[in-house]
Formats: sequence, C-alpha cells, structure tokens
Amino acid sequence: MTATDAAPGSATAGTSLTDLRMVWRMRAFEEKVRELRLAGDAVGSIHLGIGQEGVATGASGLAGPQDAVFATYRGHSWAISCGVPVEALFGEILGRDTGINGGRGGSAHLTAPAYRFFGENSIVGAGAPIACGAALAGRHDGSDRVALTVFGDGAMNQGAVHEAMNFASAFSLPVVFLCENNSWSELTPIDEMVRDPELFRRAAAYGMPGERIDGNDPQEVRERLGDAFEVAREGGGPTLVEAMTQRLVGHYIGDADQYRRPGERERDAEREPVALLTRRLRESGVSDDEIAAAESDARAEMEAAAAAALAAPLADPATAKEHLYA
Amino acid sequence: MPDTAVSGPATTGAPSATQDVKELTYGGAVNAALRRCLEEIPETLLYGEDIAKPGGVFGVTRGLRRDFGDRVFDTPISESAILGSAVGAAMLGRRPIVEIMWVDFSLVAFDQVVNQLVNVRYVSRGELVAPVTIRTQQGSAPGACAQHSQSLEALFLHVPGLRVCMPWTAQDAYDLLVAAVHSDDPVLVIENRTLYPAGTGPVRLGGPVQQPGGLRVRREGTDATVVTWGAMTARVLEAAATLAGEGISVEVLETPWLNPFPTDEVAASARRTGALAVVHEANTTGGFGAEVVARVAGEGVALRVPPLRVGLPDTRVPAAPSLAAGLVPGPDAIAATIREWLG
Repeated sequence: MTATDAAPGSATAGTSLTDLRMVWRMRAFEEKVRELRLAGDAVGSIHLGIGQEGVATGASGLAGPQDAVFATYRGHSWAISCGVPVEALFGEILGRDTGINGGRGGSAHLTAPAYRFFGENSIVGAGAPIACGAALAGRHDGSDRVALTVFGDGAMNQGAVHEAMNFASAFSLPVVFLCENNSWSELTPIDEMVRDPELFRRAAAYGMPGERIDGNDPQEVRERLGDAFEVAREGGGPTLVEAMTQRLVGHYIGDADQYRRPGERERDAEREPVALLTRRLRESGVSDDEIAAAESDARAEMEAAAAAALAAPLADPATAKEHLYA
Repeated sequence: MPDTAVSGPATTGAPSATQDVKELTYGGAVNAALRRCLEEIPETLLYGEDIAKPGGVFGVTRGLRRDFGDRVFDTPISESAILGSAVGAAMLGRRPIVEIMWVDFSLVAFDQVVNQLVNVRYVSRGELVAPVTIRTQQGSAPGACAQHSQSLEALFLHVPGLRVCMPWTAQDAYDLLVAAVHSDDPVLVIENRTLYPAGTGPVRLGGPVQQPGGLRVRREGTDATVVTWGAMTARVLEAAATLAGEGISVEVLETPWLNPFPTDEVAASARRTGALAVVHEANTTGGFGAEVVARVAGEGVALRVPPLRVGLPDTRVPAAPSLAAGLVPGPDAIAATIREWLG
C-alpha cells in the first residue's frame, strides 16, 4: 500500500495518525530525557533511539499478556511500546524512589515485568539467550508465550546471539529475533564489520525464516512482525526480522556524532518515521492541526510526567542493599 | 571418613514423603538429589551438554531423561545459551537446573552469571526472581590440561547475589543440591569429578530440605583451626591425623557453603585455638582463603601465630601428573607446612 492509497478518515489514515502519536510520545520522551541529562537532573550514560521509533511503534500491541519482550539499553521506546507508564520511566532515569525499579535499573536497565517488559540489557546481545528461556518456560507452563528479543546490528556479531539463534532453531522455540539495523554498531559502520551487510540472510544458516523490512513504517512492522509472532505461536519456531532504521542522534548523549557519511543525514531526515508518517498523513488529507496535535500532546504529556517525576524523592540510600537475596 | 558435625545447618520444610538410606557414590547421591527435585518440584527443568540421553560425561544424570521426559534434555555446546535460557526460564516461573560440564567452560558465558542472573532480583526489587541452580565440577586430576584443572570458586564468590557451595561428602552432595534447587536464590554447586566414582557409603535420602549455610566440624582440636572445603578436606584430614600422632591437635572445619559463609563459627574456633589456616585447591592469591583470614582478622580475633594460607601456588596447572604433584598440596605437604607454621 502506498501513501496515496489512504483517504481522509480511512482506516489506514487513522492507523497512521495513531502511529504518529505513538512515535511522537517516544520521541518527546527521549528529547525530554536529553534535556534532563544536559541539565544534570539525570546523570550517567544514556542512549537515545531518536529516529528508530517506527519499529517499537509498529510492535506495540503485538505482545499479549503471556508474552515477554526483551530490549537493549537503547530501549526507552520499547518500554513505552509495552505500556510502561512514562512517569515511572522518567522516575527511573532520574534515580527516583518512584522509578519503575526504584532507581536500581536506570536508563539502560529498565525492567517492568508487569507490562511484559522483561528488561533492557546493557550487554550487547545478552538478551537473546534469556528470551530463549522465556520461550522455553512457555513450552512447560501451558502458555503459548512468544518471546520477542530486540537488538541492534552490532549484536549480530555477538556469540551469545549466535548461540541463541541456534538454540531457538534447534528446539523450534517461539522466539522472534528482531534486529533494529540503524547501520551503526555504536560508532562503527556495520558494513565494515561484516562481509555481507544483509544481516537477515543469516537466518537461513539456522534454518529459520529471515526478512528485511522497513522499520520506519509502523504498519509494515506490525504486519511482518505480527506474522512472525503468529508463526512462533503456532509452533513454527523462530524468525529473524531485520528492521531497517536510523539513529538520528549519537550513540549516547555526549557522543559528538561526527562520523556520519556524506548524504546520510539528508537521507535519514527524509525517511525517519515522523517525516514519513507526516508526509503520508498530509497526502491522505489529514489536517495539519491533527498532525501538529500529535506532537504537542506528546510534549505536554512528557513535560507533566517529567515534572512529576522530578518532584518525587530520590531513591533512599538506606534501601540500597535490599533485594539481593530471597 | 570422620564426620563429627556439631553445627548442622538449619532445616526447613517437611521431609520428603519417603526417607531411606542407600549405599551410594557421590555421583549417585547427585543423581538421587536431581531425581528427588524433579519429582517434588514440577517447575524444575534439567539440561546441559550430553546430560540427557547420554546420561552425562560422568554418568551422573543417567536415567533421568527416561523417567522425566522432556523436562530433561541435551543442549548444543553453547554455554551462553544454556545459562541465559536458564535466566529467562526462571524469570518466567521455571526452576532450571543446568549443568556446566567443567567450571572452566563457565568462563565463555560468565556474562550470563555476573551481569544477568544475579541482577534479576535486585534490579526488579524482587518482582522477578531467578532460582537457577548451576551444577558444575572442578579441580585437578592426573592428566587434565590447564583448561580442565582450575578451581575457580573465588571468581564466583566475588559476585554478590550468587550462593556458592562445594560439597565433599556424598551426603552433602545430596543435601546441598536439594537445598540449592529449593532455594529462591541462584546457587552454584561446584562438585568434584574425582569424587563421583569414589566408594559408596550410606546416604540418607528424603530428609528435610536444608537452608544454605552451616559448617562441618570434621575433627576437633586445640592447637590450630584449619578451614577447608571440597575435595581438599580429605587431604587436610589426613594431614591432621599425621600431626595428631606428633602431638599437634588440629581442628578441621569444612565449610561446604562458601556463600553464605559461617564467619562467626570460624572466628569462634580461631579464638579458641589461637591459630588459623585456610587450605584450598584454588590459587592462593585472591583465593577465598584470603577472605576467610580477613574476616577473622576483622572480628578482632587475637592469634598467637600469623594466619596461614595454603593453596595452589600462583601458577598454571600442568597436565603431566609429576608436574601437577609438585604444585597441588597433598597431605604430606599440608602436614609439613602446618608443622613448620606452628613451630
């Protein structure tokens, strides 16, 4: 389906507007996080996924209550995608008692199992074997759980990811391997670190389906990732989905980000999800007011949530040793 | 073997429905413990390399696949996948028991223990737990190469959140493993392959589930306290018997649980004898013996001789038996060192 197929008020236009609103919630959240970090309210290493929101937006709603989602340290949008309250996410990043993990996780280790978000992971690729275990548990607990593990292109060169793909394939585990390929393995281009940059082709070596999709188009993500969920749930085993995306910002807040290739920023600005969805909605006749409201509503929500989080007390040092053992 | 335990571990829960005593090897006791856990805890899974259909390279898991079906399975040679999937399965309500064939192999998947497993409860404030039992075995034995001979308990004892034990007797091989699987904490059980086929003895099966912790007073004495664990316990007891014949009375404390460690009981013994030695098979530098000495010193225990550490010298482990024999402390070397130390 092309953008011009979507008429005003059509289901597709409505879906795209919903998607744009979600993309903006993720982006406004992260832009607010950046502001808080630069102001010194938040500290430490924070990795933003600005530009990559199309993937997590498309995945939103695919996971059922029995499912489990595992993300990376660039995972704020994945927590939002799973429905974790943003005030609790701000609180966590700000080291507040009200944070989703009471300040124990921080930006890079958010964990919210009540929202089927089994956590970010600060070790590249380490979540993939853990997701295999979640899927394995489902085989024994009578659920039809699917485990979604999300990682970047750099993680495709980690041994743990190879082990997980083989493990899941060998046992036909219901795991969906989702590679968000933003073309940069931290500060190094992925195409200089592999012989074949079409990463999805590795799936064949494990005997599982693999495909490359446009991660900027939430609708495409929803459909193709949804197919992978269905295959997994019905006993068809794992799938590797490579979602092409782009990181519009540095690897971490403070990264001078001076390594981009000629023409890259211009190309990314054209295809990133806010640009893509805005263009599509305009073409289908959705009003500028509605499009603008997607952004302004998101910014207002994040301002209020961040303010509430800032007003909460810092995590209590007296509790720092708790919850180590049963 | 002498067993004069005077400070037994606390127990909880009712004994298993059937209690009986069987003549078992150490390996047989491990098998019996696994069987009991698979029977009484439906959430348990048992997996690892070659452990199901082949029954394990040391034969320890024989028969369990046959009796418990797909809850017991073989895996690829993928330690990260084994340990990582155990973390994930535990997060989702299973109670995995996984085997790392040799402790040396755990190093290729250390991330899944040190960065993943032990953070589950802490970061989620108990919303998630990871009751994983990792079974492995270690230690030197004739002919084993440098990558199959190490004693690595100190690496794991440096990691908060992980319980660690090293059973020596067949009874403890059974009881500690049952305790580990029932524990809601991740537990590393380090066995010793030289003990698996060692002679049979009576093992009480089906007893109450013990809590991690405790101390075994293997020999009472008045001149010095010697703390040890794992297969080294036998060598220390042999040395103590030799020394007793010379009028030197050594108290031998076996501490099969290293986390939690019975610091108070060890300090009390050292206070009584006025001398403390720690003997382990691991390399001396950074070994857990250093921690034991530091803890007792920290308790303000006045010793009449400086504390002694006996371990593998700070070297690699050679394969040739004649070379290894010159490094791993045996009964005679331990006795000689203690004799000289006590003057």
